[in-house]
Amino acid sequence: MAIKERMSGNEAVSYAIRQINPDVMPAFPITPSTEIPQIVSTYIANGEIDTEFIPVESEHSAMSATIGAEAAGARSLTATSSAGLALMWEELLLAASNRLPLALALVNRTLSGPININCDHSDGMGARDTGWIQIYAENNQEAYDNFLQAYPIAENPNVHLPIMICQDGFITSHAVENIELLEDETVREFVGEYQPEEYLLNPGKPIAVGPYSVSNYAMEGKKNQEIALENAKQVILDVAEKFRAVSGRGYGLFEEYKTEDAEYIMLMIGSAAGTAKQAVDDLRDQGKKVGVLKLRVFRPFPAKEIAEALRHAKAVAILDRCESYNGNGGPLGGEVSAALFRNKVMIEAVNYIYGLAGRDFTVSDACDIFGELEDMVQNGKEVEQYQYVRLRK
Amino acid sequence: MSDYSLKTIMNKPERLAPGHRMCAGCGATIAVRAVLRALHEEDQAVIGNATGCLEVSSFMYPYTAWEDSYIHNAFENAGATLSGVETAYRVLKKRGRLPEDANFKFITFGGDGGTYDIGLQSLSGAMERGHDMVYVCYDNGAYMNTGIQRSSATPMYADTTTTPVGKQSNGKMQNRKDLASIIADHDVPYVAQTTFTQNFADLHQKAEKAIYTEGAAFLNIMTPCPRGWRYDTPEIMDICKLAVETCYWPLFEVEHGKWTLSYEPKKKLPIEDFLRMQGRFKHLFKKGNEDLLVQFQKEVDRRWEDLQYKCARER
Repeated sequence: MAIKERMSGNEAVSYAIRQINPDVMPAFPITPSTEIPQIVSTYIANGEIDTEFIPVESEHSAMSATIGAEAAGARSLTATSSAGLALMWEELLLAASNRLPLALALVNRTLSGPININCDHSDGMGARDTGWIQIYAENNQEAYDNFLQAYPIAENPNVHLPIMICQDGFITSHAVENIELLEDETVREFVGEYQPEEYLLNPGKPIAVGPYSVSNYAMEGKKNQEIALENAKQVILDVAEKFRAVSGRGYGLFEEYKTEDAEYIMLMIGSAAGTAKQAVDDLRDQGKKVGVLKLRVFRPFPAKEIAEALRHAKAVAILDRCESYNGNGGPLGGEVSAALFRNKVMIEAVNYIYGLAGRDFTVSDACDIFGELEDMVQNGKEVEQYQYVRLRK
Repeated sequence: MSDYSLKTIMNKPERLAPGHRMCAGCGATIAVRAVLRALHEEDQAVIGNATGCLEVSSFMYPYTAWEDSYIHNAFENAGATLSGVETAYRVLKKRGRLPEDANFKFITFGGDGGTYDIGLQSLSGAMERGHDMVYVCYDNGAYMNTGIQRSSATPMYADTTTTPVGKQSNGKMQNRKDLASIIADHDVPYVAQTTFTQNFADLHQKAEKAIYTEGAAFLNIMTPCPRGWRYDTPEIMDICKLAVETCYWPLFEVEHGKWTLSYEPKKKLPIEDFLRMQGRFKHLFKKGNEDLLVQFQKEVDRRWEDLQYKCARER
């Protein structure tokens, strides 16, 4: 029986953690993810779960201890945001290269500077090449559902990689919405017990973790990581199918909203997709053929699948909630454009940077973007291929 | 522990296999083997290691010299990494996922760079949280792995590659950090400072206490580095002896806040005796540099007096 509740994104992820009852959680406070370790600590204090919480002295140590615990054979996780993720950066690479299927609840917040606590994706995007699986949520329901799927994906023997479950800071993490929760028993059965094959605390079977990797072996190690990340794509879909069976909610690599006959598609990640969907509904009422492609899985990047989904559109607006400082566009803009080119889908593609450091993104912003795409295609209007939304002139 | 016999403990199976690639006569491996000999044979261990000579030379894929489970993570986080391992042990025990009779001990090794400097925060966190582990610093007084750069453990006036002696320089300008004291101030149950003495009894007994005292423990072991210190490799035991007899490297322990001298030289030798054997201090013996030796001696005396004061205090 599904449980109907009202909670914030942070509460939802914490609730998922309670239901999973993982072994070890080291964490360090940072806005806006702080509530997650707080709520988990309260569950522990009240005896609702017996996870071991390590109140570490920094995020670097949080990820270091999570790695130590996971390598030792314990199902482990941490939570962070922004500068916390940046401080972990070195360790993110080690978690992935040591093939440790640990989880991280990321509550997306902009990176300094200047210091600002509000949402954008610069933290998660900054970690896009660290070898992690990255799954993003539009709302609290997805954050909860994605977190429940995290370990079955990461611990799959064909994957064995760390996984980042991302939600938008404040917009999702602190806003209270309706949510449907699974029964504890259902979750435990769905997630299952962690049974690592090789681990530090395997009695009588010692292992060594974290070698100096000589050049003669290092490259194969890196390629194996890449293969594992590719394997994750199918595993993510398989796990989603199993999740649908227990929850009734289906997930893919991305969600297509009214794209079937769409001439203009807006492609984005996270909570702003909800805003864009409203714009699509409004414009559809006016007879416009528009749709939204909301990317759920950013790593592994579903390049081919995205290109196919866009093949019959006239133009795509690629929205990045992150500046990449390469003088050429945001991270999503670059990767989607490359995907289109490589798969010979030669449609117009405009890259918009929006919502940095918590700047609002509204239905009218989305409508304006759709309007600009149409103007470009129908009237040959020259459009800046890489531009900012709602920038103060 | 009173029936300590070097011969007996040397017959225990080695837990660091030969064939690793550390320099001949390296102090670090001598320290590691000595610490591991203090593990009771029936106990298993997980060894942690900060990045450094020891790590890159003992675990080069696909070979490892470690007989126990071993984890190297990065340079600055050996304390935090082993915190995670030790916590995993407690939770797996609690949840019945380890056999009742599986006893694991947790020991991590770091050089002075990974311990006094870049790893200090992580070490401090692990000590303050009281994980049941031993952090062993093998202190050779510089970043030897990257080529003898100064650390905060490098003694004053030492010639290193980032404090080179030259026309305008007499080597490192600052005194070394007193890390054992800093960790003792974390109020952990056990802290000790040691090095290689005659029959290794001091090191062995302290390692055993550190491993078998419940809670966080810290061992600071002076481990000469023939390359960085520039002495004749076979002279290592003489160097260690002089470090102790000059009171440059006093042997002491701090048990639950109680400071105790492990050894008091009958006649404290002048610091020159320790310095003269090492190429990194050669410039101190040049004509005109007599005052530097006086300054060095003053610092040794000051610290020795401070230590004696701490050890005399009632607790």
